[in-house]
Amino acid sequence: MSGIPHDHYEPKSGAEKWLARRLPVVGLLYDTLMIPTPKNLNWMWIWGIVLTFCLALQIVTGIVLVMHYTPHVDLAFSSVEHIMRDVNGGYMLRYLHANGASLFFVAVYAHIFRGLYYGSYKAPREITWIIGMLIYLLMMATGFMGYVLPWGQMSFWGATVITGLFGAIPFVGESLQTFLLGGPAVDNATLNRFFSLHYLLPFVIAGLVIVHIWAFHSTGNNNPTGVEVRRGSKEEAQKDTLPFWPYFVIKDLFALAVILAVFFAIVGFMPNYLGHPDNYIEANPLATPAHIVPEWYFLPFYAILRAFTSDVWVVQIASFVTGGIIDAKFFGVLAMFGAIAVMALVPWLDTSSVRSGRYRPMFKWWFALLVIDFFALMWLGAMPAEEPYASFSLIASAYWFAYFLVILPLLGVIEKPLPQPATIEEDFDAHYAPKAGGSKAAAKPAQ
Amino acid sequence: MIKKLTLSALVALGLGTTGALAAGGEAHVEDFDFSFEGPFGAYDVNQLQRGLQIYTEICSACHGLKFVPIRTLADDGGPSMPEDQVREYAKQFEVFDPELDDFREATPVDHFPASSLDNAPDLSLMAKKRAGFHGPYGLGINQFFKGIGGPEYIASLLTGYEEAPDCAPEDFPGSYNKVFASGGIPDSCRDEEGHSTVTGSWIAMAPPLAGDDVEFADGHEADVHHEAMDVAAFLMWTAEPKMMARKQAGFAGVIFLTLLAVLLYLTNKRLWASVKYKRED
Repeated sequence: MSGIPHDHYEPKSGAEKWLARRLPVVGLLYDTLMIPTPKNLNWMWIWGIVLTFCLALQIVTGIVLVMHYTPHVDLAFSSVEHIMRDVNGGYMLRYLHANGASLFFVAVYAHIFRGLYYGSYKAPREITWIIGMLIYLLMMATGFMGYVLPWGQMSFWGATVITGLFGAIPFVGESLQTFLLGGPAVDNATLNRFFSLHYLLPFVIAGLVIVHIWAFHSTGNNNPTGVEVRRGSKEEAQKDTLPFWPYFVIKDLFALAVILAVFFAIVGFMPNYLGHPDNYIEANPLATPAHIVPEWYFLPFYAILRAFTSDVWVVQIASFVTGGIIDAKFFGVLAMFGAIAVMALVPWLDTSSVRSGRYRPMFKWWFALLVIDFFALMWLGAMPAEEPYASFSLIASAYWFAYFLVILPLLGVIEKPLPQPATIEEDFDAHYAPKAGGSKAAAKPAQ
Repeated sequence: MIKKLTLSALVALGLGTTGALAAGGEAHVEDFDFSFEGPFGAYDVNQLQRGLQIYTEICSACHGLKFVPIRTLADDGGPSMPEDQVREYAKQFEVFDPELDDFREATPVDHFPASSLDNAPDLSLMAKKRAGFHGPYGLGINQFFKGIGGPEYIASLLTGYEEAPDCAPEDFPGSYNKVFASGGIPDSCRDEEGHSTVTGSWIAMAPPLAGDDVEFADGHEADVHHEAMDVAAFLMWTAEPKMMARKQAGFAGVIFLTLLAVLLYLTNKRLWASVKYKRED
């Protein structure tokens, strides 16, 4: 299925030929696993494997947790304690699942920013990018609903705040919120539908992951140079690529083992580090926690949500122009979803003809600032809504939008890119110069 | 109710007033050293048993441990009491049996009773719900080596009772505690802006420990400081009864994955050697 010329599976024995005529499943697996992959991929190309592993880990641990969990407002909290105390290895399953969500988001953010730096979203990979964004949105929905299930204080109040966002939509908001909650407030109906969807969505994600892989296997991987693999002939393509198995499978598994060692240290020695202590208090609709803070992976967008208060001039203009339909609360909701929307639209917002940030001298700095901005927003999202954090949040939110809506379109016009290598082979050999006489000292430039 | 929810949501969104949240006073938590801190830390069985004694003789008058099955007192990695002792221990509690429609003596399969006073919180998870003293700020190094900080909070609270500051009227309800942050504060102890001028606040619980409240079988000291630490350690165990097994699993996982990573590194190096620095023919 790849556009890059390579060897295809040839059934040899009678049995193989028999199967291949009826269901070419071996050929499909062979072509998927042996896909020609640019040989200059760096260590930022390992996150795909980590993400696939996370999805599998979450589904497997999740299925077992469901066997012991009770989705009812009176029983959910104690059923989680039952898992922690009575179920064999239950504490491990739950901590793996809870921290697995965090690993999932660490990996997805690294994966997304990798794509943003090396221009992996650019033609012809727009569909891969859009599907990736859909997966990311579904991950956030799944993560949010999963956090509600233990029915602690943060579960309950987080659900109240987030579903309240939909209530801010003019005209239909209130009915929409009631529809989402299954009633006038967060209650048993809410817990049940969140449980149902939390179980369903990972399988939708798994389906989209297959489409995501299919899409980039059709276009071929991007790579750190952004230069395409030569496709004139099989021999030419082989100079730029290596088969995925074994070269990249082993490399990715090595990276996965290192990451999992750190992950196991967190699960084993500080499994509650990333959770909020208040979620060990059973949900109480009558007592609001002092600070309602979402999980860390939502914090950047939570900061953007809170940044646009009614005293910001953009909000006041929007409110005036629309006759009050867009109030501060709705503006914040629009900004939060808009922050993800501009990221999804980046294939059409980036006007530069050069794919990789490596050859874009001005882009590099703006991109570095975007990464800093992302972490700043994450920090600000955890801070109370008061000065000076409110002003910082506004500045950081403004930069997020400016990067996608102003800087990227302009850079493509005013920036003078650096010369790119003609081929991937040239880039690879520049790093690992071929040996003439067998010693490194005698390395010669590529021919 | 709905209005309250919407209002709190607004506050949470930072769109409402922000001052209301900062009502509670400052509090001071002390850093106690517990045996179970850090990756190598382990529960001290004697300390857990002493803590259980304090819980049974003092705390359980008002507080409960509704999530903790009595049988787990015999578990490894916990107080590790002999099973016949646990059976004897259980008998002092009365539990309601829906099948008999009456109360009966508890057995090890029952849970500890719930709190008998409405405003006495259940203590099963107290060490985890009051965690946070050792982070989550920074990179977590502090929490990695010193634990979640919940037992520190409990021990600090129990030793945090002091004579009420002069600003308070004598008949103000509750006991002054410099660690308790969410209790009442008399108006006379607030400045013009409404900020508290004292550390901590007034807690409904009267000082539960006075020193020598219990007599330990192992002859351990029973001053307030040691009693507070022992019961805090016991409550860490009730909150995280599988901590020892979890740390062991953590070590097994980290060691296994590190070895696997080394092997995969060498495999990867060997595999790519023929591609990188290839000989020219």
